[in-house]
Amino acid sequence: MPQFPNFPTYQPPIFDIKRFSLHDGPGIRTTVFLKGCPLSCAWCHNPESQKSTPELIFRAERCLGCGACVDACPEEAITMAEGRSVTAWARCTHCGECAQVCYPGAREMACQEMTVEEVLEIVERDRPFYEESGGGVTFSGGEPLAHPDFLEAALVACREAGLHTALDTSGHAPWEVIDRIRPHVDLFLYDVKLLDDAQHQNDTGVSNRLLLANLQKLAELGHNIHVRTPLVPGINVTPAQIQALGKFVAQLPGVSRLDVLPYHEMAAEKYRRLGRDYPLHGLQSPDEETVQKTARTLREFGLEVHVGG
Amino acid sequence: MKMTPRVAKLRDQSRNAIPSISSERAELLTEFHRQNQDKALSVPMRRALAFQYLLEHKTIVINEGELIVGEKGPAPKASPTYPELCTHTLDDLNILDEREKVPFRVSDEVRQTYAETLIPFWEGKSMREAIFERMTPEWKEAYAAGVFTEFMEQRSPGHTVLDDKIYHKGMLDFKDDIQRSLDALDYENDPDTHAKDEELKAMAVTADALIRFGERHAEKARELAKAAPTEKRRAELERIAEVCSHVPAHPPRNTWEALQYYWFVHLGVTTELNPWDAFCPGHLDQHLLPFYEGDLADGTLTSQSAEELLQCLWVKFDNQPAPPKVGVTAQESSTYTDFVQINIGGVKADGTDAINPLSYMMLDVIETMHQVQPNPSVQLSEKNPEAFAKRVAEVVREGMGKPDIFNSELVVEEMLRVGKSLADARGGGTSGCVETGAFGKEAYILTGYFNMPKVLEITLHNGFDPRTGKQLGPRTGDPRDFANFEELFAAYEKQLNYFIDLKIEGNSAIEGLYAERLPALFLSLLTDDCVATGRDYHEGGARYDSSYIQGVGLGTMADALTALKVHVFESPTVETPRRGVSTRRGVSTAMGDLLSALEEDFAGRERLRQLLLNRTPKYGNDDDTADEVMVRVFEAYFDAIDGRPNTRGGAYRVNLLPTTCHIYFGSVIGATPDGRRAGMPVSEGVSPVQGADRHGPTAVLRSVAKMDQVRTGGTLLNQKFTPQVLESSSNLDKLVNLIRAYFRMGGHHIQFNVVDAATLRAAQANPDQYRDLIVRVAGYSDYFCDLTEALQDEIITRTEHEGV
Repeated sequence: MPQFPNFPTYQPPIFDIKRFSLHDGPGIRTTVFLKGCPLSCAWCHNPESQKSTPELIFRAERCLGCGACVDACPEEAITMAEGRSVTAWARCTHCGECAQVCYPGAREMACQEMTVEEVLEIVERDRPFYEESGGGVTFSGGEPLAHPDFLEAALVACREAGLHTALDTSGHAPWEVIDRIRPHVDLFLYDVKLLDDAQHQNDTGVSNRLLLANLQKLAELGHNIHVRTPLVPGINVTPAQIQALGKFVAQLPGVSRLDVLPYHEMAAEKYRRLGRDYPLHGLQSPDEETVQKTARTLREFGLEVHVGG
Repeated sequence: MKMTPRVAKLRDQSRNAIPSISSERAELLTEFHRQNQDKALSVPMRRALAFQYLLEHKTIVINEGELIVGEKGPAPKASPTYPELCTHTLDDLNILDEREKVPFRVSDEVRQTYAETLIPFWEGKSMREAIFERMTPEWKEAYAAGVFTEFMEQRSPGHTVLDDKIYHKGMLDFKDDIQRSLDALDYENDPDTHAKDEELKAMAVTADALIRFGERHAEKARELAKAAPTEKRRAELERIAEVCSHVPAHPPRNTWEALQYYWFVHLGVTTELNPWDAFCPGHLDQHLLPFYEGDLADGTLTSQSAEELLQCLWVKFDNQPAPPKVGVTAQESSTYTDFVQINIGGVKADGTDAINPLSYMMLDVIETMHQVQPNPSVQLSEKNPEAFAKRVAEVVREGMGKPDIFNSELVVEEMLRVGKSLADARGGGTSGCVETGAFGKEAYILTGYFNMPKVLEITLHNGFDPRTGKQLGPRTGDPRDFANFEELFAAYEKQLNYFIDLKIEGNSAIEGLYAERLPALFLSLLTDDCVATGRDYHEGGARYDSSYIQGVGLGTMADALTALKVHVFESPTVETPRRGVSTRRGVSTAMGDLLSALEEDFAGRERLRQLLLNRTPKYGNDDDTADEVMVRVFEAYFDAIDGRPNTRGGAYRVNLLPTTCHIYFGSVIGATPDGRRAGMPVSEGVSPVQGADRHGPTAVLRSVAKMDQVRTGGTLLNQKFTPQVLESSSNLDKLVNLIRAYFRMGGHHIQFNVVDAATLRAAQANPDQYRDLIVRVAGYSDYFCDLTEALQDEIITRTEHEGV
């Protein structure tokens, strides 16, 4: 295990480490999800990844109604109603005291602070599966580039351990950060959501100029890149957006693979568990025909299009 | 290839046939014994002549359109009984007839025959009665408490598989071998000569009996040919007649004869006795290859007509339900499957890749036929091409849970460890659920399931069984007095060794009874080196003799002991029933508190139960704390059993598989320290406790692989996938990678259920719409709708690994 004298104590918030991940790069992978994202996409299916601070998740169906959390909460933000605990979210400071005493796991904290060594210890476990399948480790988020020091250290450690590395990113970070990280990344899974900048600002909270420019530079430097685009009805599944996307990706030197990820409403429940409203409430997934038609259109640009990644 | 219309018809006929009890075999056997009871015959000769009588007089069946012929009963799914082993009572017959799942129809005539002839004749004479008479009171109490089951009380020792010998030897050649052995007997110096002489002559009688059985089918075919409805069918029947008068007397000359010969042998073995798991053809793809190539070369067969013959054989297996049980097993047995395993792939005797066109053809047949029986398995070797592995994954994705996948290299290594020769090990494989054996050369007898969590429960009660209210085991101490985990574990090991001793003592008596009363002459003829040594399969005639005791509940044991270790010994805490304040107490108090919660089945102690479920390391998550406990449980079980001598000159070995016994075993155990409620199933095979694995399949496989599986004779691992996981071609590759990686880590076997829970719930609610939904149960697949509700529930609970 290599040592990192520069960042021995930095522990970024990690909200999940998923083993046997099949959709985040080649082979069987372990995906490390870092918490915190500069974007705030309305369709985000990992709402617990957005803030970089620890957050409480509440799964009502697991609550036994034992009341342990009521006693544990220092803010007196929890009450009992109809045999289940209810959180006054406005008062919740996400301190995690209630999760400590909640054995059934109705209350859990989405966040664990881990060192590079701790992350590596878990990642290393599935090495036989990576070797057999050509897999490796993927850093995702949130936006992993929001934690450059940790990310660089972790990527270097993975590389030194001989593991294939992938980075799932929106690319929204200063070029200096990407430039520091890029030598340690075997594959970029690069999200491009919208080509129209005004709409991008409106739906994600940031301009797309930086991330498109970064993508262009990475491509020109010859990096291995798969572009990924969520297909969100009413947002980017329009002929103009799809044409613009195809045109943009096709001109990126050396980039030919585009994964389209049909939006699904699965995340609505996750918002509920965080005590938040779901911004796209009621939005349906694109139908199969639309997805296939979109894929066909994009293939006309000479791209290798995969549905679902 | 699709089913031909002929096969489609035969398969429908099989699927629609209603399983029933046939009293024909029992009546013929009774007749024979009545006629010969006064004759001075040796036991082997009496058994051989009885076999001959059965094959001479049983109804010969050639179903319409069939190419491969012969039935165990007088019609498809008409199931014979074996009164010399276990005589059905009228109550048994009623239960079989009326039980909701897996019934066997019993006609009034059969009931009357049983009441008037069979029961009066066999009363006091059956093996089952002799066995229970011989068992000690301690054995009976432990048996009644559900500490172990007994395999041989109603089926004869089996799990036996054929090698390649019938493909180059006819029954006449076997008789020549017998003559050579007779000629070599040393009457002056060998005191066992008389016994050997009788045994060998009796084997020769069974060889003649099978030849005659073939000839009777030829006669029947000729007779049917005369009245054949079409010219085509007449030609087919004439061909059947030709085949049946050539085999089994002579070695087969082509694919058709080879398959028909195997089928006659299969019927012979399963008519002589009702051995566990019927009988299996072993490496059928390898055995058939020379015939197939010859037929293709001389143009007598195409790949299509060969596949049709295989499909015809497949239907024959489906026509034979497992022998109907008696007693409490008749109530609980939940399958028609008779566990016939066909090995596909692996390596040849010289160690090279064995995949051939027939290996692929058999995978096609599995997919096309979509049948519960037979139970094909793939022996996946590092030497097998990826294209083959991927084709296997494709068939798995079809959702039938077939085929099982075995680690060819490990299976061979398991056999080498126990002293089998390299050639015999490579010629061997797996049968039954997951059991390793040297095909054609070994009697590897499963003797019963062993309930490890029950032994823990008894340990936690100082040798007392709270359910039956009896002191079953030795007094190993009040658990409240144990100062540390080591003392608890030592007490568990004492109890374990006591019950294993009891089980082995019982087994020895039973093995002796079989050798003495029910020699298996025909099976001996087929098993090396019975002919060469003049000794029966039941008395050590086989080249290798293993006895197994199948451990059940490994996952439950690992989690229960880990919970005790963590919450009683390492940080002894007592949970208050409601609010979250836990207090640190002494070990004795913590143990006492946990035991009383178990006694109350966690009534009012749900917080404690949740602590045990969710704040305790669990086996199956690649967590070393729990996995190390699992390894200790395995090692203790291994040490208690491995290498102990059996009565046949061989040794005891362990394997870990449950079939469906984990449900019965769970039903006799109160709440356990892993948070499991009283009466719920225990974990199955080497799989984690249902729902306890929460980090996906790679974590499960890593956990399981921490056990040194090469020292077992088989472990069973069940994994369930939703179909979505395997939808894309690249994900099929990943399934292959997953299997290959597990095997590299030393896994023995893996099987997959590819269904989603919603589908299963829908099937449970509307069985009529899901009649052909096949799921993996344990070492076999079955129709989901035929399973009991408890078993259905359990399959739904098994963790789904969403690869999203």
